Amino acid sequence: MQTRRAGTDIALIAAFAALIAVCALLPAIKLAGPVPITLQTFAVLLSGAVLGMRRGFLAVLLYVVAGAAGLPIFSGGAAGLAVLTGPSAGYLVGFPLAAGLCGFIVERLPRRSLASVTAIFTAGLVSSALFIHTFGMAGLVLRADMTWAQAFDVDKIFWIGDVLKNVAMAIVATAVHRAFPDLLSSRRDAPASAQDQPEGTLTA
Amino acid sequence: MSEIALEQVSVRVPTHDGDLLVLHETSLRLTERRVALVGPNGSGKSTIARLLNGLVAPSTGRVVVDGLDVSRSGREVRRRVGFVFTDPAAQLVMPTAREDVALSLRRTVPDKQERLAAADAVLADFGLEGFGDRSVHGLSGGERQLLALAGVLATGPSVLVADEPTTLLDLGNSRRIGDLLLSLPQQVVLVTHDLELASRCDRALLVRDGRVEQDGAADDVISRYRATA
Amino acid sequence: MSADLLGIHRPGDTFLHRRRAGTKLLGLMVASIVVVVVHGPVSALVFVGVAAGLLVWSGARLDVTLRAMRGLLVVAALLGAWTVWQSGWPRAVEVVGDLVALILLATTLTVTTPVDEVMDAVTHGLRPLRRVGVDPEQVGLAFSLMLRAIPSTLSLAGESRDAALARGLERSPRARLVPLVIRVVARARETGDALHARGIGE
Repeated sequence: MQTRRAGTDIALIAAFAALIAVCALLPAIKLAGPVPITLQTFAVLLSGAVLGMRRGFLAVLLYVVAGAAGLPIFSGGAAGLAVLTGPSAGYLVGFPLAAGLCGFIVERLPRRSLASVTAIFTAGLVSSALFIHTFGMAGLVLRADMTWAQAFDVDKIFWIGDVLKNVAMAIVATAVHRAFPDLLSSRRDAPASAQDQPEGTLTA
Repeated sequence: MSEIALEQVSVRVPTHDGDLLVLHETSLRLTERRVALVGPNGSGKSTIARLLNGLVAPSTGRVVVDGLDVSRSGREVRRRVGFVFTDPAAQLVMPTAREDVALSLRRTVPDKQERLAAADAVLADFGLEGFGDRSVHGLSGGERQLLALAGVLATGPSVLVADEPTTLLDLGNSRRIGDLLLSLPQQVVLVTHDLELASRCDRALLVRDGRVEQDGAADDVISRYRATA
Repeated sequence: MSADLLGIHRPGDTFLHRRRAGTKLLGLMVASIVVVVVHGPVSALVFVGVAAGLLVWSGARLDVTLRAMRGLLVVAALLGAWTVWQSGWPRAVEVVGDLVALILLATTLTVTTPVDEVMDAVTHGLRPLRRVGVDPEQVGLAFSLMLRAIPSTLSLAGESRDAALARGLERSPRARLVPLVIRVVARARETGDALHARGIGE
């Protein structure tokens, strides 16, 4: 049933856009060492890994557009088009693309075994290197008047945190796919009933 | 009253290790004004409720509401059959109470300003005057379920299916929502663990292990359920 | 939280408040092109002056606005110090000036325009894309659903943290994040069911 899928897709896209917002707003946690880490990029790549290419891309796009429209949901409660004109704009532009690529790869992976944690981790790392870091550095070059070498020096500060966040992302994504095996299943052979617990007991 | 029929319906759900039969082949005709579905957790009563407006598709057989096959004419059926969920937090989709009711009115009132005014009128009907600008997130459990009910009834359904609508509420609110449901002019199909509420219905079905085990006058079915639970 | 979510918008009745959101968005786009195309430190200072004037005119509250722009201003200061060191004062004035001018202009838009008007303008602007399969109504719906989901997701995050604490797992990211995300997915599917039951989104 295509129709029921549309409503569920919109709800999932909105829910993950909200999750990214919450992860960007939550106080930074100190996972390792003195550098505080916010979970924003964790949630960005997770959106791709959980929802797949199309819905993951749209969820992150919705987050970026809503933030640009003035909702204070960027890191530290920043908001507005001002952020998108600043030197860190490249990172924000890279987010939806990274989520899309991560989803594209994960859709083609086994998702419920132990090995899948490693595979999803790699997908996240590749996507974030290709889009978040490259676009981020491009933003620094274009808007902050840096050379690529200088931008690279700034960007590499984020790498350790990135690896850790991708580990967490892969663990969580695998757990979610085990809990909802049909989340990325192809549309035609997923019967509508597969979506429902018999008694709807998942509610908290 | 509407006529709801299950014709040799069964429902299978795929799991990790093969299909699970959550509803064995079942045929039913529901024409009474108040029908209660009772039974243990996981018995399949929610599955029956969800079949009635297409939230669950039958694996075999068909579900017919007023002559319309739910699988074929889903859209028309959903206009006739409203649905209330256990957790109103999941059902309320817009940020404020007024916008949430207005969302239900989108089809019937095209103009945005008129729609918001109509939503305020609906809120007033349900004793929620002045709640229009309140954040849905900030409402109490009872207020939320009342708002969820208002949002569904605003679409003017002829049947209301309610899946454990009072389970998450305290005693006072659960009685208030229960009384409201039973006083509605619509046909009501009620899934509930509240046996006192169930016994006030015209007919009750006891569902166990994916089968309708008892079917008849509410008092009889409830007392047999109490004896065997 | 919901108070925070009102952001830095400030209701008012200035000339800028009365313009349509779409007009202001378009104006901002044009201004950003002009600022980037015109070179030189003098023009950069003029842009900052004009932008600051507009922001003051819009009736922005200094404390709220500064708090919202804090991060960007720190970045601008760092960037300024960096550019002075690398390329000297004139270039630094131009780079930082252009940046601050754009930040101020964009903030003026945010101060004078409620979020939902900006989103309405965005959905309106999306209408030509209907032919390639973009449904502006669904974009608006997704935006409202997201607004609704932010406070409840914050509560879920708090509950997940408390549950992890109760099990002595407060330092385990797994115990904090897995239940949170699973509940986010479960709730979104219920919301999808509710949309379906109310005949929305089809």
